[in-house]
Amino acid sequence: MTAKHRSATTYIGAMRPHDILMPDPAGLACRQGRFHIDPVRPVERAVITHGHSDHARPGHGAVLATRETLDMMRLRYGENFAGSTQAIRYGEEIRLGDVTIKFHPAGHVLGSAQVAVTCKDTCIVASGDYKDAADPTCTPFEVVPCDVFITEATFGLPVFRHGDAADEVGKLLASVALFPERAHLVGAYSLGKAQRVIALLRAAGYDAPVYLHGAMEKITHYYGSRGIALGVLHPVKGMKKADLAGTITLAPPSATSDVWTRRFPDPVTAFASGWMRVRARARQRGVELPLVISDHADWDGLTATIEATGAGEVWVTHGQEDALVHWCKARGLAARPLDLVGYGDEEEHEVITAGEAEA
Amino acid sequence: MNRFAELLDRLAYEPGRNNKLRLIVAYLRDTPDPDRGHALAALTGALSFKHAKPGLIRDLIMDRTDPVLFALSYDYVGDLSETVALMWPKAVAHRGEPLRGHPSPPPSPARGEGAEFRAQLSPRTKATAVGLTVPSPLAGEGQGEGYPAGGANDDRHPSGLHNNPPPPTLSEVVSTLRTLGKAELPKQLARWLDELDETGRWALLKLVTGAMRIGISARLAKTAAAALGDKDPHEIELIWPGLAPPYPDLFAWLEGRGDKPVNRDSAPFRPVMLAHAIEDSDFANLDPQDFIAEWKWDGIRVQAVSGRDEHGRIQARLYSRTGEDITGSFPDLVPSLRLPGAIDGELLVLREGRVQTFNVLQQRLNRKTVSPKLINEFPIHLRAYDLLGDDESDLRELPFAERRARLEKFIARLDNPRIDLSPMVTFDNWEALTAARADPAGAGAGEDADAVEGVMLKRRDATYLPGRPRGQWWKWKRDPHIIDAVLMYAQRGHGKRSSYYSDYTFGVWTDSEGGEQLVPVGKAYFGFTDEELLQIDRFVRRNTTEKFGPVRHVVHEPDQGLVLEVAFEGLQRSPRHKSGVAMRFPRISRLRWDKPPREADRLETLERMLKDVNAN
Repeated sequence: MTAKHRSATTYIGAMRPHDILMPDPAGLACRQGRFHIDPVRPVERAVITHGHSDHARPGHGAVLATRETLDMMRLRYGENFAGSTQAIRYGEEIRLGDVTIKFHPAGHVLGSAQVAVTCKDTCIVASGDYKDAADPTCTPFEVVPCDVFITEATFGLPVFRHGDAADEVGKLLASVALFPERAHLVGAYSLGKAQRVIALLRAAGYDAPVYLHGAMEKITHYYGSRGIALGVLHPVKGMKKADLAGTITLAPPSATSDVWTRRFPDPVTAFASGWMRVRARARQRGVELPLVISDHADWDGLTATIEATGAGEVWVTHGQEDALVHWCKARGLAARPLDLVGYGDEEEHEVITAGEAEA
Repeated sequence: MNRFAELLDRLAYEPGRNNKLRLIVAYLRDTPDPDRGHALAALTGALSFKHAKPGLIRDLIMDRTDPVLFALSYDYVGDLSETVALMWPKAVAHRGEPLRGHPSPPPSPARGEGAEFRAQLSPRTKATAVGLTVPSPLAGEGQGEGYPAGGANDDRHPSGLHNNPPPPTLSEVVSTLRTLGKAELPKQLARWLDELDETGRWALLKLVTGAMRIGISARLAKTAAAALGDKDPHEIELIWPGLAPPYPDLFAWLEGRGDKPVNRDSAPFRPVMLAHAIEDSDFANLDPQDFIAEWKWDGIRVQAVSGRDEHGRIQARLYSRTGEDITGSFPDLVPSLRLPGAIDGELLVLREGRVQTFNVLQQRLNRKTVSPKLINEFPIHLRAYDLLGDDESDLRELPFAERRARLEKFIARLDNPRIDLSPMVTFDNWEALTAARADPAGAGAGEDADAVEGVMLKRRDATYLPGRPRGQWWKWKRDPHIIDAVLMYAQRGHGKRSSYYSDYTFGVWTDSEGGEQLVPVGKAYFGFTDEELLQIDRFVRRNTTEKFGPVRHVVHEPDQGLVLEVAFEGLQRSPRHKSGVAMRFPRISRLRWDKPPREADRLETLERMLKDVNAN
């Protein structure tokens, strides 16, 4: 351990990590730099890792994020979502008070970033949500060596192994071929997952129009405006029931079990999510075609990433912290759960606003 | 095996019968022999090998994983086979390949190296080490341009899989399991688990532990096989007893490459003839003189077949109406079937010569082991309706009246206390039959009247035809029990109904400490029309007071709520239900929009019905 990782005792005389970043009621706070990372309530200065609504909230004084994240916040919350904004690119460094901040790709969704916070000799990486699997719709995840790695644990159990997303889309296409008279309705989180599924469909050679629930249109067209080719997309609104036979429609997960589905001919309900790995979860939601496609790292991804960062200390947040903390400790890494509230599983909580619901 | 696993996986999630059928047909069409044959055997329950115990599976995973991680995972997943399938470590051959998902640009430190590299750096320069990480090719250019083509940098699935042996085929698994010694099983299982993917492992573990519950009947699997060759499923049922996995001759015939296999079974199943429910309006067009009436007994319709095998020994089998061999559950009846022939009849429990209700019979069903105690307490009996075969001769082409005459002689020849004749109900006109149906006790059923479900009407000239031929046989059930209950909870349905609240829990009033209260007495999810479903769905959505996951708590106050008229066939004491009673075959017969919930029935009414049933 001494050769490989820096243990906590090395910090005597230097900055201790929790002097640099520490949870407070608003989120992960940096006293030296006077900012919060992904704050859950309005703060003066916010550094935001990505555009999902549990991480990117409105009402902060100043917001530092990638251009894409800022654009997504603007799309969701309107022009005045923050007092001021500053865009930062991957690889770019910014000094805030006594600390240096640097953004690195997190591979989670378009514009998602890990934030490396360095104070004196100590580097902490707050990775936000991340995945190490290939995704044609965002910049690949990058390993950032550090002393303390803050990792999510959404899929922090060894039963979560996501496999190749292309195989899952293969399953979807096989089902479309087998049931050409039925509509296929794919529940997918509207920011990131939906676009990734469409990109995977295109990569698999599917070139028919893909239909969109109203709640997906804005964000999907934004992806298009950022140069991500998603082929021909149509709103599902206004389509005749019979014409939706044999088609694929992307919709927010909550819409796939609602009255909205009655416009489709005998729909096959699919759901693209890492949770689909566990049968009870899929059944509970009444899913007929579970697709294991996740925007979070799976167990192997989490553990491989922790090892690759070389961090001697690991803080584990939102998800299955226990298992991952146990795994770290078994490898001689200092590890603890980080008590942050307000981050959730976006798929479970995506709310369709009234205006979008009947779209 | 992986392909079969995919089929099982998909079947487990698909609620619709026709869609399940399509999935199985597609599998049987695309899968070569002998794998598809073994799959058909697995789906029809025709596979046999010694099952592995869950303890063995647990030992296997314990040897390979951290016990804490296993415990946390098992707790989360809740199913042993699934937990093991998901967390089974990747086979050794996978290791040594680059960390998946880390196409890491060169300086990105792999485990160990990075730390050593950093340890050598002075504190001042470490920050540079962080900076050394080569950013993504897109960094600094903003996003949006030059995205890699889909999957181009996907190295998560290196072609290094060629280092591994190919996953086992279903045939390999089945034939190995049949011959494998108990001591070799753990090692063989581990090898297969190494070779299969998650779904494959799950299916394998379900298969070897004998816990494959996929929600399809043997009949459905055979129907799928028939569809492969555009044949009638009855044809398959007829030859099925003579076939053995992996059914090469069956598939050859279905695909037009061979002759129809001959059923050499000495006691084969014959597709069953069924009746239509009669409506009041039907009687006007029927002449009572054309019909024979008999009681419809509330038991299990069976076919009892005896034949001589090649050594001349009598072989007897009992089939359910779908052709499933249920002989093993009723060994006490087998010695009575000593004359070659095929009886169509009803299984009943008789105590001291009296037919018991279906509730009693039910306690003998679905038992894994048939103990002497069970046999003693629930003595089984066959009540004969029809004779389809008499020794070597097939009687199915004869008119029913003639078959009935043959049956009477056959039963007399058998002369066995466990087998008797279902009596005919004499009537001259429909009024007389109506009276008999209303009072079976006074019309010949005597003390057995409680086990009478109604009357059957059979045309005297009807030959025995498979399926439900129009106008030949009619069933005329006694009026069901009816109560008015209040809708309490509603749950979404499955498949086509997944956007509708179509499963209803209903209750009746009872006195409790807190005053008048509704207590749930049952659940129903059919009986209503499509239009009524829409109405109830709308009512549920507008009158939800609370939501628990997929379940909605619907308003049920004395003055607010929906009264459902519920019809059911029988009532039974049940300690598992809060109300203490359980209904048999409950369905929604009418929506009582006109009735305020306070006027719905009370639990005492049900208890009285229960007493009446048991007192008789």
